Amino acid sequence: MGPIQLIDEHGARAGDEAAAGFEMPSAEVLLGIYRQMTLARRFDIQVTKLTRQGRLATYAPGLGQEACEIAPIAALQPQDWFFPSHRDAIGMLARGVPPQGVLAFFRGDWHSDFDPKQYRVAPLSVPLASHLLHAVGLAHAARLKGDPVVALTFLGDGASSAGDAHEAFNFASTWQAPTVFVLQNNQYAISVPLSRQTHARSFADRAVGYDMPGHLVDGNDPAAVYAVVAHAVERARAGGGPSLIEGVTYRIEAHTNSDDPTRYRSSDEVEAWRARDPIARLETYLRGAGVLDDEFAQHVAGEAEELASSTRDLMNAEPQLDPLELFDHVYAAERPALIEQRAALERELAEAGGQR
Amino acid sequence: MTMLEENLVPSPTPGTVTERPPQQPAGTKALTMAAALNAALRDALTEDPDVVVFGEDIGALGGVFRVTDGLAAEFGDGRVWDCPAAESGIVGTAIGMAEYGMRPVVEMQFDAFAYPAFQQIASHLAKMGSRTKGRMRLPVVVRIPYAGGIGGVEHHSDSSEAYWTATPGLTVVTPSNPSDAYSMLREAIASDDPVIFLEPKSRYWASESVELPVHTLPMTKARVVRTGEDVTLIAYGSGVKVALEAAEAGAAEDLSVEVVDLRSLSPFDDETVCASVRKTGRAAVIHEAAGFGSFGAEVAARVTEREFFSLEAPILRITGFDIPFPAAKLEQYNLPSAERVLAALDTWVW
Repeated sequence: MGPIQLIDEHGARAGDEAAAGFEMPSAEVLLGIYRQMTLARRFDIQVTKLTRQGRLATYAPGLGQEACEIAPIAALQPQDWFFPSHRDAIGMLARGVPPQGVLAFFRGDWHSDFDPKQYRVAPLSVPLASHLLHAVGLAHAARLKGDPVVALTFLGDGASSAGDAHEAFNFASTWQAPTVFVLQNNQYAISVPLSRQTHARSFADRAVGYDMPGHLVDGNDPAAVYAVVAHAVERARAGGGPSLIEGVTYRIEAHTNSDDPTRYRSSDEVEAWRARDPIARLETYLRGAGVLDDEFAQHVAGEAEELASSTRDLMNAEPQLDPLELFDHVYAAERPALIEQRAALERELAEAGGQR
Repeated sequence: MTMLEENLVPSPTPGTVTERPPQQPAGTKALTMAAALNAALRDALTEDPDVVVFGEDIGALGGVFRVTDGLAAEFGDGRVWDCPAAESGIVGTAIGMAEYGMRPVVEMQFDAFAYPAFQQIASHLAKMGSRTKGRMRLPVVVRIPYAGGIGGVEHHSDSSEAYWTATPGLTVVTPSNPSDAYSMLREAIASDDPVIFLEPKSRYWASESVELPVHTLPMTKARVVRTGEDVTLIAYGSGVKVALEAAEAGAAEDLSVEVVDLRSLSPFDDETVCASVRKTGRAAVIHEAAGFGSFGAEVAARVTEREFFSLEAPILRITGFDIPFPAAKLEQYNLPSAERVLAALDTWVW
């Protein structure tokens, strides 16, 4: 059986067999996802450009993966938590983290600079699959306290190989922790193709071994991703335990600005995936259904330009950094050694003429 | 992990601790360190509903050293439970629980079994507070039975403290006696910072008369456990007993030895250690871990930096050899002994 699909590559409603019993989300939900995907893409393109201009230290673009990034976020309730990896900046943005909070890591201002508890978003995590365990732990803690909270977390095909992925799936299943794992199979772990990552036909098949539902989804079909994730989220919330969802998608852009994808993949391959663009697909469907008109599209495009503009302004402004803050958050308790070292740096800065 | 630990619960080590915290109330009962830790966990679980305890074999079995004996039955599955045998998973999920406001206390069963959790500890547990500018603290206690002296097979006797002390963001403490074990574990659980709580295995069965609850010094403070005039022995965990034995033997040879129990490795109580070294002018640091690149190297360096002009001789390190921890029947040759300590002190020009 192929990946679950509700809207086909041409923007038409997919057949019943492909839908596998999942229902088309409401027009309201789809319009919301369309808006967030459009904002995310404009943001992503803008930040990639700013990174090439040297305004950010690095950036891991999500271009082409907007369906997998945005639709799952739309399936969450406010009290739910999201545990992103390094390629999930636009997911964080969709969850409400402001651009400054999303980009502090990538510009190099601070490793994370937003209040995780305010947005119920953990700091993005770089070590592959390590954050999945945090999602499982939080979900289990919420369940122990009797709170109807679900933890959503993303990983890639590369992270699927890390031991923590197995440990997270197994802990979640053993504890029946309300966790939803969305594995974005974007075909490459930096330069290493899927064929060198796994021999398995599908990552979703792994779920069987943990006795949890596994769903293989067309990861460029936002309607299908939403329907399947929303089902898994509500199942988890109702005490049904974790789910593993594989979205088959493609990383259109380079891994980061320091990557050169021409060394390991063909432009034909990239162009073929561009033709399966998730936003164009949703727009075609919504226009065909008479739900989306030029007015709405233009309104969203205008919002996206505003977001790009404010992001440019934000990243072009010099960050206000205080080197003395380096010492201030390492421990909750006071540390005499750090107080001394802070004072030493302060003296050093004063001797350098107050230049920070 | 291996399955060998099932056969590994050793017979209680005879002998009682000779070190005595200063003020010992009368009318108390004998308590082993394992029992003191058990009582600390029980009291913390009772007082704070956010405290949870989980790990491998810590439920029905009560832990391979019985530190969690009876807790699962008393507090139930929602507070104390056995989990899958995967240490990265244990620390990783503890981090997530702490992010939701809980205070997990997890057990690594044996020192070398903590290595699979190294990434979770070094890359997340230690860094989350700083990473989030203090917005997300992780009050997690990672209990690690460590060091040798119990006849353990490979992977059951490592002294891993230098890995943890080299990691900013962690608090690393190790008690050497039952009353400190109780007091320090309670304080570690109450701390908003992640704490690596190192339990010296060979001291689990050392008993002491203690009335609980006992509050000794703050866990970040070192303690002078024996006063002397000629030399300062700086020790922690199992090394404290060795240092006290050496002091006792030294006294017979007219050598007046002061012994400092560090208790906390990170932060380091420079004040107490340096005050002692200023008085004696000579210092040696004792630990089971290999000497090269060790915690003892840090002690020697920082005390030298601060007290160079008080020192009459170079600071010695009396440690395990620079070899992987030996098999059970050979460990005695690696572990620092009182004799080895005194022989080392003899190498100084007096």
